Amino acid sequence: MTRVVLPYHLRSLAKVDGEVLVSGETIGAVLAGLEAAHPVLRGTLRDAAGTRRPFVRFFACQEDLSHTAYDEPLPAAVLEGREPFLVVGAMAGG
Amino acid sequence: MAGVRVLVGTRKGAFVLTSDEARRDWKVDGPHFGGWEMYHLKGSPVDPDRIWATQSTGWFGQLIQRSDDGGQSWAPVGKDFAYASVPGTHQWYDGTPHPWEFARVWHLEPSLTDRDVVYAGVEDAALFKTTDGGETWGELKGLREHGSGPHWQPGAGGMCLHTIILDPTDDQRIFTAISAAGAFRTDDGGASWLPINKGLLSGEIPQQEAEVGHCVHNLAMHPSRPDTLFMQKHWDVLRTDDAGANWYDIGEGLPSDFGFPIDVHAHEPDTVYVVPILSDSQHFPPDGRLRVYRNRDGAWEPLTKGLPQANCYVNVLRDAMAVDRLDDCGVYFGTTGGQVYCSPDSGDTWDAIVRDLPAVLSVEVQTLA
Repeated sequence: MTRVVLPYHLRSLAKVDGEVLVSGETIGAVLAGLEAAHPVLRGTLRDAAGTRRPFVRFFACQEDLSHTAYDEPLPAAVLEGREPFLVVGAMAGG
Repeated sequence: MAGVRVLVGTRKGAFVLTSDEARRDWKVDGPHFGGWEMYHLKGSPVDPDRIWATQSTGWFGQLIQRSDDGGQSWAPVGKDFAYASVPGTHQWYDGTPHPWEFARVWHLEPSLTDRDVVYAGVEDAALFKTTDGGETWGELKGLREHGSGPHWQPGAGGMCLHTIILDPTDDQRIFTAISAAGAFRTDDGGASWLPINKGLLSGEIPQQEAEVGHCVHNLAMHPSRPDTLFMQKHWDVLRTDDAGANWYDIGEGLPSDFGFPIDVHAHEPDTVYVVPILSDSQHFPPDGRLRVYRNRDGAWEPLTKGLPQANCYVNVLRDAMAVDRLDDCGVYFGTTGGQVYCSPDSGDTWDAIVRDLPAVLSVEVQTLA
């Protein structure tokens, strides 16, 4: 299972605390798993066409995975559960 | 026990304020959806425990929430606001064509007769409707496809459809207002639309008397007189007595006729309230004095008792004023400084219900039996 850390706004929306465990070995699979487990998140991370929302970023193992293809495997440390997959609201504003 | 429920949308959450009919002691509940922008909340006139809320952020997009227990608990409903046809372009700030793009829902207007029907005004400007309690939303595309659409342009807040007024005597008639396109009316349930901007003069656009392009900030109607509407335009306060066919200026006597909200007394169809703001460059009250102005019998009078009369530099946004329908009409408004004021006596005296909320985007009131 992949450990996913959501930003505050999405944790409150999905009514979850802490990390969320989702099956999936790629970003696309993790996003699909998140949306399946928490339908309220559909549209908050990516639009209906699947495109990542502009102010949503993905990180893991101190790497920016925001522009990684959805079907690329996640880093081994994430797949082995040693590191979480981070969904981050981009820093913007004051 | 009779009372009121005040629904407050803010930049960082929603709040529900309740009181008995004295409107002196208040219970404050919230924030709901803390951290989210809550542009508007409104209750169903058919079922007051059913409340609708538009929730959004620039990061995570648009949601619609519905409560069926008076705002104690909420559940997300449908949030797919897809334009019904290829939207084309409208005018951008610099006059160039710009693609129509959905940004957010500004205003929710529940049906007067059906608890499952709600209209939604969105940015970029369009009107949507649900008939299944919010599960699905369909565009009434006749408005966006009005031939003038390519000439519409955004106001400073975006190109938003922010006002929806349903005629209580004719379920086919709806009034809307768009910044900055103007006011529109349908007489066939939304299939076709007529610009109703004759009499508006806007110095900010090349042709002052143009059919569209006016920055209408808000409209108000008393339900007993559906052909009479009041308008707060960018500059100017206006009135029509023929459902928008002709407008005339009623702003003489105000310290400034710039402002955002306008509303009508619950029991006096000719009594109107506005909050004068200094200018479109200086979004705060003239002289640092927060004054509601009431037009009763044709003359404007300042209402100041209980409102700050020095060093006040807040704004009052277009959807942030409402009236209740108790025998002694209550008037409410919220400020960008986070205060929500209530007057339980038609505006004669005011007190703050709360003083330190996030910036207030909208205020609606439900009068409870």
